[in-house]
Amino acid sequence: MIVFSRVVMRGALLAGLAILAVGAADTSLRSAPSLTPADSTEKAPSAEGFLQRWLILEPIRANGLTDSIVQAAVKADYFPGQFTLVPRNGDAVMVGGTNLTWHAVDTKEYNVNLYHFARALGKPTSFVLFWAVTVVNCREETPGVRLAIGSNAASVWWVNGEEVIGIYGDRQTVIDDGVSKRLSLKKGPNIVRAAIINGGGATDFCARFLDSEDKPLKGFTLTVGHAAK
Amino acid sequence: MNSRFLAAAIFAQVACASALDGQVQIHDPSTIVRCDGKYYTFGTGGTTLVSDDGWTWARGVRPSRSGMAPDIIQLGDRYCLYVARNIGAQPRADINMIWSKTLDPNAPGYKWEEGGVVASSDGVEDCNAIDPGLFHDPTDGRLWLVYGSYFGYLRLIELDPKTGQRLSPDLPPVNIAINCEAPVIIYREGWYYLLATHGSCCRGADSGYNIRVGRASKVTGPYLDHTGTPMLLGGGKLFVTSSGRVIGPGHFGILDLGDGVQRFSCHYEADLDRGGTSVLDIRPLLWKDGWPAAGDNPKEGTYQIESVRTGTTLELAVEGIPVGGRRARRGGGAGGPGGFGGFGGPALEPIPPQDVAQVSTNWPAGKVAVRMANYLCQAQQKWTLAPVANAGGYPGSPYFKITVAGTDRALAATEEGELVTLPAFTAGPEQLWRLDQLTDGTWRIMPKSVPNSKESLALSAIGSSFATLARFNPASDKQRWLFKAP
Repeated sequence: MIVFSRVVMRGALLAGLAILAVGAADTSLRSAPSLTPADSTEKAPSAEGFLQRWLILEPIRANGLTDSIVQAAVKADYFPGQFTLVPRNGDAVMVGGTNLTWHAVDTKEYNVNLYHFARALGKPTSFVLFWAVTVVNCREETPGVRLAIGSNAASVWWVNGEEVIGIYGDRQTVIDDGVSKRLSLKKGPNIVRAAIINGGGATDFCARFLDSEDKPLKGFTLTVGHAAK
Repeated sequence: MNSRFLAAAIFAQVACASALDGQVQIHDPSTIVRCDGKYYTFGTGGTTLVSDDGWTWARGVRPSRSGMAPDIIQLGDRYCLYVARNIGAQPRADINMIWSKTLDPNAPGYKWEEGGVVASSDGVEDCNAIDPGLFHDPTDGRLWLVYGSYFGYLRLIELDPKTGQRLSPDLPPVNIAINCEAPVIIYREGWYYLLATHGSCCRGADSGYNIRVGRASKVTGPYLDHTGTPMLLGGGKLFVTSSGRVIGPGHFGILDLGDGVQRFSCHYEADLDRGGTSVLDIRPLLWKDGWPAAGDNPKEGTYQIESVRTGTTLELAVEGIPVGGRRARRGGGAGGPGGFGGFGGPALEPIPPQDVAQVSTNWPAGKVAVRMANYLCQAQQKWTLAPVANAGGYPGSPYFKITVAGTDRALAATEEGELVTLPAFTAGPEQLWRLDQLTDGTWRIMPKSVPNSKESLALSAIGSSFATLARFNPASDKQRWLFKAP
């Protein structure tokens, strides 16, 4: 059960969008064994380069894993600014008449276990779509890198608004399964956004960047925003 | 048989050996050497063949001395050619060395100088001093000459690596094999390999020529075959013999292309597709369990292209349709595709191959990306390799086009160093592919050129579902591929 401790309209920032904000304290994921609440500090990637800090939206009902169904599902209009906004922990959006909340999480593993996430929140784990966002902060422009992801099941990924990966079908998470073409990370914040659609059963994803030699990219930090109390 | 060689064998069933293009008639070709970007080989009777790319060959200029079965080696800034001749009734013969600073008759410095006799047989001794083979030992820099032809022994002597002339003429030659000819020694990973030709020569399509090999831990032998039989007692593991439409391979020569890519040259006593004449060929040199093996050049056919690294297969990035149509997993009733029920029922009809003309109606019309996926026998996962005429080639093979089977949709390199398919093949260099069989039997796949790039790049599996182009790394599986019959 999600407890909305405080709901604040973000009208000043989001100009009329039906987006809600809640306080930063999020204790609702305590029963997720692989996840912990993320704070607002900067976090380095893991030793293997995996991105372990994410904002994840509570799941949206979705069904179907083929290329065309997944593409249609992720391009459907769920909430305002779904391809542009950088949410904050506790922000809520209205999807199909239901308030869904963004949760800032750290994973203890290389992957982000969405099954743990949804189950801990008392949400459905099968036939659902998860939105996930993180901010990659680079000290300098970094050309020639690739986003490399794995997901259970299908997923579509964007970097700074550009769609860079789509993998489809009923599949398990494999490290570096989907890999983008070469891209540049700009100096400062870069937005990585994902939509993961699960069929039945377990669901998770992993993501990292590879450098021009296909080695895990390091030297950047991850941040997620928190709504002001 | 490991999986890589199984795949190679599958390829070989579809693609038999193919000889080269152009003027390729030669007998007893020497080791192929490169000089100023061109490939050269020298044969019996003064035959010289030259090629810009190793695929299309033309007649070259005869050297100043011609004779039988020459061999050539580069020593410093000189090319030393060793040419044998009979100086009486066989087995009375000698081997002369001549040298030139270049092999290009139009280049300054092209002049053959006499270097003298380096080996001989007196017609009585148990050796015939013809068929020289040079070996520059990479472990210590010593230079060796092995020679001989049927009359008794193959013999080994040491040469001066500075001059190419004989060292210590008073030391007797070492006998290392018997009753064969055209010997060459090569070295790999602690072993010296003696490759020599057995069987009957010079009988056209009736020639039993075949190349056999033994190995030794010292250059002086003893060379044993895979059964432990010494080559001094007639042993020799088969390396390559007649196959397909080519008969009587002989006169092995190694051609190292770098990055762990090796070829061997030989002649066939008879190429049945060329009137039964003797021709040059260049084929992949493979290594299996410590022994050399003859690979095959690619030939037209339809294949699944599978990554050694990921086990996934290259496909057009379109939504696949299950072969036979979508069926419910457990709803098959009498056991339709994907169903588990109905075992023991009436015989099931085979599902026909997917019709690309039918399934491709939903494919995009313009450029379409490629990706990788589990092989499901679907139309977008089958690729046709076809040689492209008049587009040049590389040692042993012409460039190929790679199209989605049953379509003209062609795989191409992009100026970003990525992959794409174009709706039609237009023969641009970014659509021409070099297919090199590597020493483990897998394949390297490289575009002739990448737009706006001088780098040589190879098809590379950097993700289970994604392929790109990247510099070839011999130590990695990323750029190793299998061609499997779909």
